[in-house]
Amino acid sequence: MAEYAKPLPEITAESRPFWEGCKRHQFLVQRCRACGARQHYPRGICAACWGDDLEWLPSAGRGTVYAFTVTYRTQARGFRDELPYVLAYVELEEGVQVLTNLVGGDPEAIRIGMPVRVTFEDVSAEVSIPRFTPA
Amino acid sequence: MPDALIAGVHEFPERKTAKSVLEIQALSARAALADAGLSPKDVDGYFTVAGNPGVGPLATVDYLNLTPRYVDGTTIGGSSFVAHVNHAAAAIAEGRCRVALITYGSTSRSSGIAVGTRERIAGEYVDQFEALYGISTVGLYALVARRHMHVYGTTSAQLAEIAVACRRHAGLNPLALYRDPITVEDVLKSPMISSPLHLLDCCVITDGGGAVVVVHPDVARDLRKPPVRILGSAEAVAHARAGHRDYLTTAAAQTGPRALAEASVSHDEIDMAMIYDSFTITVLMTLEDLGFCKKGEGGAFVSGERLRLGGELPINTDGGGLSSNHPGMRGIFLVVEAVKQLRGECGERQVQDCRTALVHGTGGTLGTRHSGATLVLGRA
Repeated sequence: MAEYAKPLPEITAESRPFWEGCKRHQFLVQRCRACGARQHYPRGICAACWGDDLEWLPSAGRGTVYAFTVTYRTQARGFRDELPYVLAYVELEEGVQVLTNLVGGDPEAIRIGMPVRVTFEDVSAEVSIPRFTPA
Repeated sequence: MPDALIAGVHEFPERKTAKSVLEIQALSARAALADAGLSPKDVDGYFTVAGNPGVGPLATVDYLNLTPRYVDGTTIGGSSFVAHVNHAAAAIAEGRCRVALITYGSTSRSSGIAVGTRERIAGEYVDQFEALYGISTVGLYALVARRHMHVYGTTSAQLAEIAVACRRHAGLNPLALYRDPITVEDVLKSPMISSPLHLLDCCVITDGGGAVVVVHPDVARDLRKPPVRILGSAEAVAHARAGHRDYLTTAAAQTGPRALAEASVSHDEIDMAMIYDSFTITVLMTLEDLGFCKKGEGGAFVSGERLRLGGELPINTDGGGLSSNHPGMRGIFLVVEAVKQLRGECGERQVQDCRTALVHGTGGTLGTRHSGATLVLGRA
């Protein structure tokens, strides 16, 4: 595959299950076994109760656009060669907001509330990046 | 509120300089102490951010040859220096120091740093879920601006009113970077950077710096200028709430009511406000959350010349970050200008009979996590 020019995640032990899920094209959402809260981004404790017994559940990968911006100017690696691109918050059906890109549609046609689904870009043997596309 | 007073202020006048970050701070500190009628040997508390690479409080204290018995390197984005005033007042009230010096310096412009559009990498755990999507500071404010428009019907023309007001004030400030008047049309026709924010919705990029001196009342008694009272102060952090956030509410919703209650000041007693203006949307949402208007009515509130000199609530009389200066962290200038207004030193841009001013700093980004710091300041 062509060399990937955008920033890559620095995967840590804490986040590895999430990125392994992406590798399998599953978007995993953490749920606290003690209080039931769901959270994103994933972390070592439950943000709601600070318990540390968390499970990783596959999301259905569906959601709606909560907010978006079409970026016309940036210095960000890789992205500056692909202007314009769309940065967005997607609200998953599971109830958490995810910062992401919207791809595969006309940026000018994006609306808040629009249904979207997850899509994965395999950028290396280790990393697949989740993004969202019109459902 | 802890009884402490602001006795001296200085804004470094240059917008592009050959001087270093440390020199800017040294010259600003010297001028602010002279403004107060104090000398470097009087300083026993020191405050700055750790945000300039290699230039945290340790390096600055060394360079300035100070001997502080109280040091604070609170770094919470552009609001840091507003929070430093709060912290200095608390330290003075506790007897930890008597003359607190706050300094800032930055060479963003001469170093060619694209503050708003550069790749935003914090070196933190959360980068791996954010940086890979091409985030920039302007993008993370634009997200929230779009959401505000969607929910409340706010328009680009309303946001532009804020930029127009700041530019009008910049025309009265000889130090401001851009001074020629602009119109709402000019803002709307300027290039789109990250929709819905245009170039003229974004703050400028400059070099700059400044210093503020906060003192114990016993020290203030003998100084050359009437000190400014710190009537109320508060700070807060708003963040992503693990994926459950209402991004239309800023930290100002927490700090505004607390600071105003502490000061026992009502909104109609505020004669002018210095509102952090990284972007026009920052001002609009801050004014809502501080309670100057209802949530969602910010668009109407900022219209009709209300924010201009002579209007109901003049803001950013120095021209703000949108037109005067923004070296990356603007909080110190909010304090400097409010103090000058309360002392009646602002010449052409003076707010008539200015008795009470509100300062609110926003640091970080509204689209992920940010800090808010509010001060209510009053004439002595």
